[in-house]
Amino acid sequence: MVAGFVFARSMALAEWPNVSAVRLKAGFPAYSASLPQRPASDLLSSAPPSLFGFTKATSPLGEARSLQTKASHALYIHIPFCIRKCHYCDFVSYPGRSPAEMAAYCTDLEREMALVAGKWLPGPAATVYIGGGTPTVLPACNLEQLLAAVDRFFGRRQGAEVTIEANPGTVDGAKLRALAAAGVNRLSLGVQAFDDDLLRAMGRIHRRRDIYRAWELARRAGFNNVNLDLIFGLPGQDLDAWRAALKEAVALQPEHIAAYSLQVEEDTPWGRLAAAGDLPLPGEELELVMYQEARQILAAAGYKQYEISNFARPGYHCRHNLTYWLNGPYLGLGAAAASHWQGRRWRNYSELHRYRHALSSSRLPREEIETLTPRQQMAETMFMGLRLMAGVDLEAFRQRFGVDACTVYAREIECLYRAGLIEEKDGRLKLTEKGLPLANEVFVEFI
Amino acid sequence: MTEQNYIRNFCIIAHIDHGKSTLADRLLEYTGALSKREMVDQVLDTLELERERGITIKLQAVRLHYRSRDGKEYVLNLIDTPGHVDFTYEVSRSLAACEGALLVVDAAQGIEAQTLANVYLALEHNLEIIPVINKIDLPNAEPERVRREIEDIIGLDASEAILASAKTGVGTEAILEAIVRRIPPPRGDREAPLKALIFDSIFDSYRGAIPYIRIVEGRVQKGDRIRFMATGAEFEVNEVGVFTPAPRPVITLAAGEVGFLSASIRNVKDTRVGDTITSATRPAKNPLPGYRKVMPMVYCGLFPVDSEEFDSLRDALEKLQLNDASLRFEPETSVALGFGFRCGFLGLLHMEIIQERLEREYGLELITTAPSVVYRVVRTDGQVEEVDNPTALPAPNMIDHIEEPYVEATIMTPKEYVGPVMELCQEKHGTFLNMDYLSEQRVALKYDLPLAEIIYDFFDQLKSRTRGYASLDYEVKGYRPAELVKMDILINNEVVDALSVITHRDQAYHRGRALVERLRQLIPRQLFDVPIQAAIGSRVIARETIPAMRKNVLAKCYGGDVTRKRKLLEKQKEGKKRMKQVGTVEIPQEAFMAVLKVGKS
Ligand SMILES: Nc1nc2c(ncn2[C@@H]2O[C@H](COP(=O)(O)OP(=O)(O)OP(=O)(O)O)[C@@H](O)[C@H]2O)c(=O)[nH]1
Ligand code: SF4
Ligand SMILES: [Mg+2]
Repeated sequence: MVAGFVFARSMALAEWPNVSAVRLKAGFPAYSASLPQRPASDLLSSAPPSLFGFTKATSPLGEARSLQTKASHALYIHIPFCIRKCHYCDFVSYPGRSPAEMAAYCTDLEREMALVAGKWLPGPAATVYIGGGTPTVLPACNLEQLLAAVDRFFGRRQGAEVTIEANPGTVDGAKLRALAAAGVNRLSLGVQAFDDDLLRAMGRIHRRRDIYRAWELARRAGFNNVNLDLIFGLPGQDLDAWRAALKEAVALQPEHIAAYSLQVEEDTPWGRLAAAGDLPLPGEELELVMYQEARQILAAAGYKQYEISNFARPGYHCRHNLTYWLNGPYLGLGAAAASHWQGRRWRNYSELHRYRHALSSSRLPREEIETLTPRQQMAETMFMGLRLMAGVDLEAFRQRFGVDACTVYAREIECLYRAGLIEEKDGRLKLTEKGLPLANEVFVEFI
Repeated sequence: MTEQNYIRNFCIIAHIDHGKSTLADRLLEYTGALSKREMVDQVLDTLELERERGITIKLQAVRLHYRSRDGKEYVLNLIDTPGHVDFTYEVSRSLAACEGALLVVDAAQGIEAQTLANVYLALEHNLEIIPVINKIDLPNAEPERVRREIEDIIGLDASEAILASAKTGVGTEAILEAIVRRIPPPRGDREAPLKALIFDSIFDSYRGAIPYIRIVEGRVQKGDRIRFMATGAEFEVNEVGVFTPAPRPVITLAAGEVGFLSASIRNVKDTRVGDTITSATRPAKNPLPGYRKVMPMVYCGLFPVDSEEFDSLRDALEKLQLNDASLRFEPETSVALGFGFRCGFLGLLHMEIIQERLEREYGLELITTAPSVVYRVVRTDGQVEEVDNPTALPAPNMIDHIEEPYVEATIMTPKEYVGPVMELCQEKHGTFLNMDYLSEQRVALKYDLPLAEIIYDFFDQLKSRTRGYASLDYEVKGYRPAELVKMDILINNEVVDALSVITHRDQAYHRGRALVERLRQLIPRQLFDVPIQAAIGSRVIARETIPAMRKNVLAKCYGGDVTRKRKLLEKQKEGKKRMKQVGTVEIPQEAFMAVLKVGKS
């Protein structure tokens, strides 16, 4: 899986699912290799010992830098616009901006691409992910230009995964066809719920019928790798309602389902309601039941859980997100986008005027640049990696950092093991059934 | 060196918040000690905590120059004092360095409990008292009523009481004139061997301990060899000076003057408040009377969260003790909390202040256990033992009976609240002594009350039941037998020694319930169910269970913003660090003080 961005040259393409079909239909010969499918578990266990292409002897910071730039990477593009703000949302997204302003933002993005590509010389991207916000509020022409700019400044590896997030209320056939033609081969639909009352309560702009419409259009446009985002633990949602949502999602037979538990964030309308005690949240106990219910229903329907919140039909896990979980390199473009590159992390300005201002004077719009200590990198590798059902590959950890995770975290691992929250199996450290819903309690030990 | 006739030493005393420090501001300003630009409100309240809370905690000395209407220039040494009952000891130390006192009384509130307490202290020291009726600018000021109160209640001649407003500056000059005219100049032979009273001291990391002194006889200057009469330690003086309010060196300090000296005193134990400094080459025969030893009224355990900080805690306590002789401490060991100190304080505010100063000024992280008074345990074999720590209580079968400290409490209240106040005193096992009408409106009630009740929640209750109109003063009177029991708290079926309390038998059930409930709220959920019980001996009187944590997981990806995730986890980790692992359960610091807080809800 790692291979998706590191070993692409030598062996990776063979590892990855059928991104080809879309492109073939979309008439994109450049990407049209036909790829065999492999089950997720296989991919994980067959990942070669060296996760990032450097060996035990190489220092994780020294050699890794040069290797990283040569290795493939992930590219994230943030579109910080939405038609309206949902009541629970604390993503960086600005509602109600004019088409002109959005177009100007796209121009800024291209500027940033030029700067970033010039500075890091990253080479072609293994995955591209356009997220938001609501990327699909942009007109098709803007999106096409952006993808063209990606090709111009970075390029895409053969078989690259290209995802766009779409709000069911913001797509039409033409836009979807245009996206497919531009090489987008994975669609992530922000369904969240199927029940109109819930959708309305959430402040979503779409309704149940928009979901079905968007779904039809997506399939018709040739998208054969589609994710549906669902949220559980919503105010007023009971177990039956959640079951029904899962069943409806499964009935559509998407390739991927993400089931997130609602996170009530302080600075949102729902956060304020919750603080005032006016939000009828289902409570921890029911949330847990909902979570387990999702795992069961999805497993029974052939979706294999590969991460805390993510489920996929064999071979369809999100390669882009795997980069995050494997603590790999990625570049983030656009307001508020985060990057992880050569042992550093940074984030772009969230405010559009600051983002723009930096670019207009040809500066990278970065803030909060942080050089990670080896210890921090180890912590991140652990707490991100443990999100994966496959867990953390201990040999890969050793190759990457030159030390054993079990030595660095001897006491923590011992405690967590005794508490029954983690286990080691086949050289991988992973959460147990008991540990899964308590993942944060585990992660915090590695900080 | 100023001629004694032109020196006046005085302090400002009053009930809390009647305007001492603000009046000091006006005096500083009027005499030009500080320019308008340098002036801030209550400029002498220099501690961060004082500024934050708007109260004076430490006495503060400052030297003023005043040209009187008689045309002469006078040196006035002013000492501002705290008003809160816990810091009465600071007041009495200040009084010993003065010949007079400004008694400030709020023109709207009139005489309050600490007004009286402080006046009596001043009279004991034979000080000349100048009544000042302050805040006459307030719309509800009643200076004439207050004047009558001063005459009727205290028995002072108030015909010459000065009407003032420390806010507007009205009366400032009259006060300065009265100081010059009415307060006697200091006496004391300047040629006699040195006798200087240490009334305070501070620790300066460069210059060591710096005693604040009132020279009673003789003189001292740079280069002199001095001796501390109690400890015998000797030093060479490298500087003498006065506060203007900034410390400023002078050539000599002589009998009648107030200032400081610096002598590279590294060991803070060498300079003790109340000790007499004399000359090593020409020592005085006898030390000054010094200060009466004060006995702490409440004790609590202070434990470093990080056990490595035990030594730093000891250092910090020693430094604080330097200018706070009422602070006591000795090492204590707790099963739950490890090594720490059992500390004695004059009251809860005192305790809180010390704890906060330790945390802020010395960067320590502390766990404080619930305060306790000193019980007197009479064993079956007749032996008497003082117990200030519930865990040290002997086994029940070895106890004949337990006595608890009583105070005589004076409560002043508007007469409409007499009912509620009496009710409160009854509930708290008080014994009525007497009731006095101070005026038509106001009443002074005297009760004997268990000290433990006063530190528990008496004061809060008093304030809330009289809408803040009552004031309280108290003095320890003695011990009385009482039906007392030790209540243990079990967390996850283990007794947590640091949570044990001694309580009246008839209140045990109520308190046990409240405490267990409070702990249930305070202790975060663990990965397993945690029972919390209150028990007397082996009998469980209250029980709650903290259900196990079932779910804690971050869902979303946030477009690869791993830093954000890490920060959230770091925050969670920080929270954990502030907890104490007791057995298998993580208990937050506040839990150990929960006993105190339960009465307040
Ligand atoms: N209106 C009015 N307010 C005053 C006057 N003098 C003081 N105050 C206010 O009363 C409050 C208490 O004043 P302080 O000078 O801190 O009182 P204190 O007696 O030093 O208080 P402690 O040191 O804590 O006992 C402050 O808010 C002052 O601003 C006055 O003459 N008139
Ligand atoms: S659509 Fe998504 S990004 Fe936009 S407001 Fe709703 S939750 Fe936030
Ligand atoms: Mg004051």
